[in-house]
Amino acid sequence: MARVVVDVMLKPEILDPQGQAVQRALPRLGFDGIADVRQGKRFELEVAGPVDDAALARIHEMAETFLANTVIEDFTVKVEESK
Amino acid sequence: MTTRIGVVTFPGTLDDRDSLRAVRIAGAEPVSLWHRDKDLKQVDAVVLAGGFSYGDYLRAGAISRFSPVMETIIDQAKAGMPVLGICNGFQVLTEAHLLPGAMLRNNHLHFICRDQRLRVETDKTAWTADYTAGQEIQIPLKNMDGRYVADERTLDMLEAEGRVAFRYLARGEAADGYGNPNGSLRDIAGITNEAGNVVGLMPHPEHAVEPLVGTGRTDGLGFFTSILKKLVNA
Repeated sequence: MARVVVDVMLKPEILDPQGQAVQRALPRLGFDGIADVRQGKRFELEVAGPVDDAALARIHEMAETFLANTVIEDFTVKVEESK
Repeated sequence: MTTRIGVVTFPGTLDDRDSLRAVRIAGAEPVSLWHRDKDLKQVDAVVLAGGFSYGDYLRAGAISRFSPVMETIIDQAKAGMPVLGICNGFQVLTEAHLLPGAMLRNNHLHFICRDQRLRVETDKTAWTADYTAGQEIQIPLKNMDGRYVADERTLDMLEAEGRVAFRYLARGEAADGYGNPNGSLRDIAGITNEAGNVVGLMPHPEHAVEPLVGTGRTDGLGFFTSILKKLVNA
């Protein structure tokens, strides 16, 4: 089975208080030098059958209508090496 | 004939009972609707109640938006049926694109629960006709994902078309309940669609319809009497 990964991130102009909370915690934990953190979502889809253009088009549609809310989020779709 | 107002229950909805009671107190016939039913049982209007439908997994309101009952509600709302989305219901309406923009986690990342002061910005919707534009009301607010966002163009359009229905009151004599509770852009607490039949807001009018509970006031009752009057006169 092939794996397709959909990464969803808030658009750059949208305030991400969760990412900010993580970023603020870093120096306290001794991790310095991180100027900004943005928090997103990763979906790993195990695809039954071939990951051809048609399958990718369906996944793209799925990401656009459901996995991401394109009013506030961007997404990327990538195929992972099958093991 | 009695006016029938439906209240949808999704898995995780919390405020359906209060909404049904508010409908009854206003003088209409409350009708329970189940998320798996496509049939709206001949209701004249629908309330999407607050809560955490589907646990707010993925995004608040995102999974409910694709439920069978919403398929029918989306069609009917586009055809003019009045729909009120309260809190989680507002989130569902933005996810369904019946209302523009989106709802995000509160800017301070805390769940917030308080009596909130609002200004009713328009009486030209199906759910606000019993208020006057500019009227100040106080109703409970309780949410985790209450931050309204939209791009600048959409915000300008909403303002220009008079579609910002409710705003959090920024200042006042009393400190209690004033101020923007979640970082919503332009202090927006609720909006309406172009036709005025679909309205969404974060605070909870259904919890302020009896003097004995909630805020001790009945500032929320106007939502339910507004729709009743509209439907009776229709």
